[in-house]
This record gives sequence, structure tokens and C-alpha cells, in this order.
Amino acid sequence: MMTPGLAGFIASGEDSQTSDVVAGVLEALGQGFELIPERAAPRGARRRTWFDTFDWRLYKAGLTLEYAAAHRGGELRLTSAAPAGDTVQPVTGWQAARPHQLGDLPDGPIATSIAGVVAPRALLPEVTVAGTTAAYRLLNEDGKTVARLLVEYPAVAAGDGLPLPPRLTITGVRGYLTQARRAARIVAGVPGVQPVTQPLLADALHAIGRYPGDYSNKVAAKITARMPAAEAAATILLRLLDTVEANVPGVLRDIDSEFLHDLRVSVRRSRSALKLFGDALTAPLAAKGTALTGAELARFAAEFKWVGDLTTPTRDLDVHLLDFEDTARTLRAAKPDDLEPFREYLKQRRVREFRVLARGLRSPRFVTLTRDWRERLTAIRDSANAGTGTTVRSGQSRRGAGETTGTLAADRTRLAFAKVAKRGAAITPASPHDSLHDLRKRCKELRYALEFFAPLYPPDTYGAVLSDLKRLQDCLGEFQDTEVQIGEIRALATSMLAANEAPAVTLLAMGEVTAWLAARQQSAREDFERRFAAFAGADGQRRMAALLRGGSA
Amino acid sequence: MKIYATYNIKGGVGKTTTAVNLAYLAATESKLRTVLWDLDPQGAASFMFRVKPRVKGGGKALIRGTRTLDDAIKGTDFDNLDLIPADFTYRNMDLLLDSAGGKPGRKLAKLLAPLSAEYDAVFLDCPPGISLVSENVLHAADVIVVPLIPTTLSLRTLDQLTDFVAEFDGRRPDVLAFFSMVDRRKKLHREITENLSSERARVAATAIPYLSLVENMSVQRAPVTVFAPRSAAARAYRALWSEIQDGTE
Repeated sequence: MMTPGLAGFIASGEDSQTSDVVAGVLEALGQGFELIPERAAPRGARRRTWFDTFDWRLYKAGLTLEYAAAHRGGELRLTSAAPAGDTVQPVTGWQAARPHQLGDLPDGPIATSIAGVVAPRALLPEVTVAGTTAAYRLLNEDGKTVARLLVEYPAVAAGDGLPLPPRLTITGVRGYLTQARRAARIVAGVPGVQPVTQPLLADALHAIGRYPGDYSNKVAAKITARMPAAEAAATILLRLLDTVEANVPGVLRDIDSEFLHDLRVSVRRSRSALKLFGDALTAPLAAKGTALTGAELARFAAEFKWVGDLTTPTRDLDVHLLDFEDTARTLRAAKPDDLEPFREYLKQRRVREFRVLARGLRSPRFVTLTRDWRERLTAIRDSANAGTGTTVRSGQSRRGAGETTGTLAADRTRLAFAKVAKRGAAITPASPHDSLHDLRKRCKELRYALEFFAPLYPPDTYGAVLSDLKRLQDCLGEFQDTEVQIGEIRALATSMLAANEAPAVTLLAMGEVTAWLAARQQSAREDFERRFAAFAGADGQRRMAALLRGGSA
Repeated sequence: MKIYATYNIKGGVGKTTTAVNLAYLAATESKLRTVLWDLDPQGAASFMFRVKPRVKGGGKALIRGTRTLDDAIKGTDFDNLDLIPADFTYRNMDLLLDSAGGKPGRKLAKLLAPLSAEYDAVFLDCPPGISLVSENVLHAADVIVVPLIPTTLSLRTLDQLTDFVAEFDGRRPDVLAFFSMVDRRKKLHREITENLSSERARVAATAIPYLSLVENMSVQRAPVTVFAPRSAAARAYRALWSEIQDGTE
């Protein structure tokens, strides 16, 4: 039996030279072995398309999902970095050119392995590679096959096809590994041959100007502590704008709910950033005239609020729909089916709300906003960067033109933390709900401040601070979201009743859901004190101070 | 994992060509993960697969377990089909089996057991004669495939074999004979094949004719189905393989 690929190589060089390299390999192997073309393997074209979520969830989990069309249906291949190997499964009705929901996957090992990783995202085609292959046998003096050579000529299926470097693989035959190793050495010695360093998928993405993991909703702006504050502020906001714009097509095509979610998060982060350090953009920058006026800053902030509001109704309905199965499972008295009319109603509402959202994102108002915003931020970033040599001295803490990113980050984050610590400490079991809702907002601002400037902090301390803050936020989020959902379900019940679309059992089931939400809210409330103390107690305060000094606790 | 052995007390009846062709069909057409062990020190099966008849450490290392069978396995040129080569030291296998300790008649069965994780079918190509080796093979096999030249004497040896196996304690292999090297021009061959395959339950309906193509395997060094896939010989081996599978499920 054949052993898996023993050694992989690529024929490097300009496209015109690679065929010479392959010819050189065949010639060199021909001197060490008798080399004959494989009878059974036709030089066939094989089209392969890789799928992943928009945010590369499979890639991040060390998985690749590949679809190959065949004359009847096709097959999906899930490859794992783990030694478990590949899972292959036939599939019908799969199309290489369009996104697929998890539900399109047939039941089987692939769906089982990836559902938890992918949900609720859709699988999108990343890149398609077609190509031809040629196989050869390497024979010893008895005419026995002792190794095989596979030559693949892949090309990205885009336009006329972008040829990728040919790939050469030496495969061993059991019991003849020495010979296969000798063949691999011969191949490696041919000029222009290099060992394979990355999978074909990476080569193909590179050819179309992409790379695995090229989208992430993380801020990860390229900033340094010594950068002028205005430059860092503009860099962070440009990065957020990139994320907003990257998600618009997915939202408009309604591929999955997470495009809208990521868009909203970036809009919210942008608004928070304006609040937190918008003044850095208004500081006069040495005779460049690129700074924003206070009025302009307020106008942009108002426009982003408009975008946020535009997206809220659809997102709220998405949340109900995403949670629907889990919610239905909690029912004790009612049957899950009782809630179906509610689901239908949510879907209809979403269709209407989505139309409004799509109109807004296609409107001149939105297009102008993103275009102007990019223009202004780019100008500020570039002029601040150009002024670096003359206006910035290391360690300056003065506000304005000469302030560094390091001092801006420390000042603003300290302030945001102080607000959280003060307001949180004032909350008692008797405090009104609004005090917790307000604290949640302050926590969000602090979270964003930390994330914006994350590259400036030592990762360990940063990670510890962030994870305690996340737990506190989860608790506050649960407290408020359950309240909001209760309110929404009550309002939806009223409108369903008014529209004559509310069977009694459905209303009863919805009532049961609100009771369950109320219980969750109560438990979040009871959890608050512990979460807050862990984050902002005496130890938490010391840790935060150390973080902002750039050290560790 | 099912173990098939081609066996006959007589030599030159087509044991090796049968083992080689059936193993090839099991691997490539039935898609069974298959290994053929060439137990005959002459190494004819190894020769046909172009594998050198040599095992590191010889038969001694395998029988004593200082080297596992796994170590000795060679991939053939065909998908799903591996080979454990012959070695000239196999001529002393009787002595090796006798001195290896444990039950000398069950040693091969024990050696083969670990292969079940990796293979669906094992073919044992046995040397002729009655010996401790053949006793081991008969105990290890699930199916004994017996090539018979259509003569009265060879029928007697089949009866002897059937009686011998019937006396086994516990598990007994299926014995399935077929007529090999049948020359339709000979009256005796015609009479015996026509009468006996219908009279005896354990004689296959398929007979392998005497064809120069089968002899040509040692020139081509490949199973007949590889170099003459549509020949009468290839058809006959396919029919035999199918009958063996049907008759021994």
C-alpha cells in the first residue's frame, strides 16, 4: 500500500521557467530510476473550492474544508491538523460558487465536527483551484515500483486562471522507504525546486492578494506608544472603518447574522473612540490644516449614531431568532411548537426591518459618511505622521499637537476605569436597574479603551484584566439583555394580538419565556457583586495601575 | 479479516498462480485490504510481484517474533495489495515452528492475528507437501482453496485433506477445491470435471483451463488480470474468486 506523501516540493520561478524545472526533475529521476507514466491516472482536471466562514473560524481551529465537484454530486473533505486525518463525505446540491448555511451540510461526520465551530456563520467559498496532474512510477532494476511522483499543475480559477507553482510529491511504497527518500533527495537537488512550505490553499489565496485569517473583527491597529496621538487615533478609527466596510456586502446579501453584528460592534467602537479620544483629532496639527473642528467631530459622531440606530431593529430580531431553539428548549408547561407562530412573526418582522436597513446602507447618506470619514482620517494620520520628527518628544504628557499615544492611552483608560470603579462601588442591592445599565455602558467604554490600545500593553497583564472585565460585562449584559428581551416579547405579544396572529398557546408560551428570562435576570443580579469585586476591588485597581504604567501586576 | 490459503499436497498444480490472481482480485476489484504471504521458499509469488525473496533476519526472526510480520511487509505495485516475501530460510520452517515454543501447530495463526487491524484478507501461498507448515496453514486459514488437476489420484488427496481437517478440534476451515490446468482436449479431464463438480458440494463449478497465458505470468511478472484483463484466463479467475466469496460467506 502507498504511504502518504513523503516529500512535497514546488517548482519555483517565473511561470515560463517552471515547466523547465519539472522537466529537470523528470530527467534527474530518470537517471536514478526507470520512470514510467502511471497507467491508471489520467491527466484529469480537478476543481477544488475551499470554504470557510468570513472570519476564518475553520482556519483558526486548524481545519480546512474543501469541496470537489464530481460527475454525480461531489465530495467535501475536512482536513485537520491533528493526526486523525481527513474526513471525506459525498454531498449533493452543493455549489462551489455560493455561500452555504450549516443546514446545507448533509448529516454526518463533517457536520458534527464543524457545527460547533462555525455556527451561526455561513460557509463562504474562499478560492477555487483547478488543475491537471500527471503521475509517474519509479521502478527499480526488477521493474518494481518503489516510489511515485505526482506532478500537479494548479491554477486559481479566476478570469483566465492564475497559474500557481507546480507541486511535486514523492510518495513511498511500503517496504521501499529508502528508495523513496533517495528519490526525494534527487528532486530536492534539481535547480529551481524548493520544499513545500505552505498548503495549496495558502498559495492560491496569495495569488489573489489574500491570506488565511485576513479578516478579523479585532481592533489590532498598528500603533506604538511613541506615535503622535492624532496618528494613533486616526489609525484606530480607520481600522474600525475597514471593518464596517468589510461587512457591508455580507449584510446586504444577508449571508449570516454575524456580518451585521460585526458591523454594529465597529460602529459602536467608533462612537466610543470619538468620545474617548476624539479631541486628539481636533488638536491643531502643525500647519497642515487637516484637523477636525469640534462641529465636524459632533457631526460624524451623530452620523455614526444614526448608523447604529439603523441596525438595531434587525439585530434585535436576529438575537431572538438565534436564541430561538435554546429558548424553546427551556419551556416546561408549554410545548416548543406553541412558539412557532412567534418565530414566524419574528421572521416576517425581520424581513420588513431588513428592507429598511438595506435601504439605509445603500443610501447616499451612508456612502458619503464612510467616504468622507476615510478621507479625513487618512489626511490626519498622514500629516500627524509627517510631523513626527519635529513635534514629539518622548514622554510628553502635554495634551494637543505633541501628545504621544502612550500618554493618551494611559490618561483616557485611567479615566474610564475610575468611572467604572466609582459607579460600581456605589451600587447596592437596593440600587435601581438603571444604575447597572449605566455601569454596563461605562464598562463597554473601558473595554474598548483597553482594546484600542492593546498593542501598548504587556500581553499577560492585559489578558488578565480583560478576562475579569469580560466576566463583569457578561453579568451586566445578561442583566440588561434579559430585561430588554422581556420588554420586547411583551411588545411583540401586543402587536401579534392586534394583528390577530397570536394563538392563545403561543401567548402562554411567550409568557413562560418571559418568566424564564426574569429568573435569569435575577441570577445575574445576584452574581454582580462578586464579579465587580474581582475586577475592580483593591487587587484589580493595583493591577490596572500596573498595566497603565506598562508593567505587570 | 479472512484468511485464505492455497494448498495441495502435490506440487505444480497452480497454487501460486491461484494465490497471486485471487489476492490481486480481492485487492483491486473487491477493494479489500489484502496481504499475500509467500510461504514457499522458492519465492514464485514474490517473483511475480517483482519483490526480492528476502526477509531481514529470515524465517527465524519472524517465527521467533524478534521481527514482526509488519516489518517484513512490502507494498506491491497495486492499490490495497501488500506482500510478505518468501525467504530461502523458509525451507527450514518446520524446524523453526517446532522449536518456537507454544503449540507448534498454531504458531502461524498467532503471528497473523495482529494483521487484522490493517487487512481484510490474507492469502497464504503454501509450499506443497505435508508438514508442520501445512498443518499450521490449515489451522490458521478460514478457507482452504485446493487446486486439483483432474485425475483420479488428485481426487484421493482431496479426500485425505477433507478427512484430516474434519478431525480438527474446534474451528475448522472451509475446504473448497477447483479444477486447475484443465485441458479440454483430454477425455479424462473432461469427464472428471463435468461429473465431479456437480457431484461434490465442495468442488467449485469454475475450472481454470490450461492456458499458456497463465504460464506467461512468470514472464510478465504480474497477475494475468493485469496484462490480459479480458482474456479467458482472467475471466476464469474472476469467476473463481466470485464463487469462493459466495461459497464461504
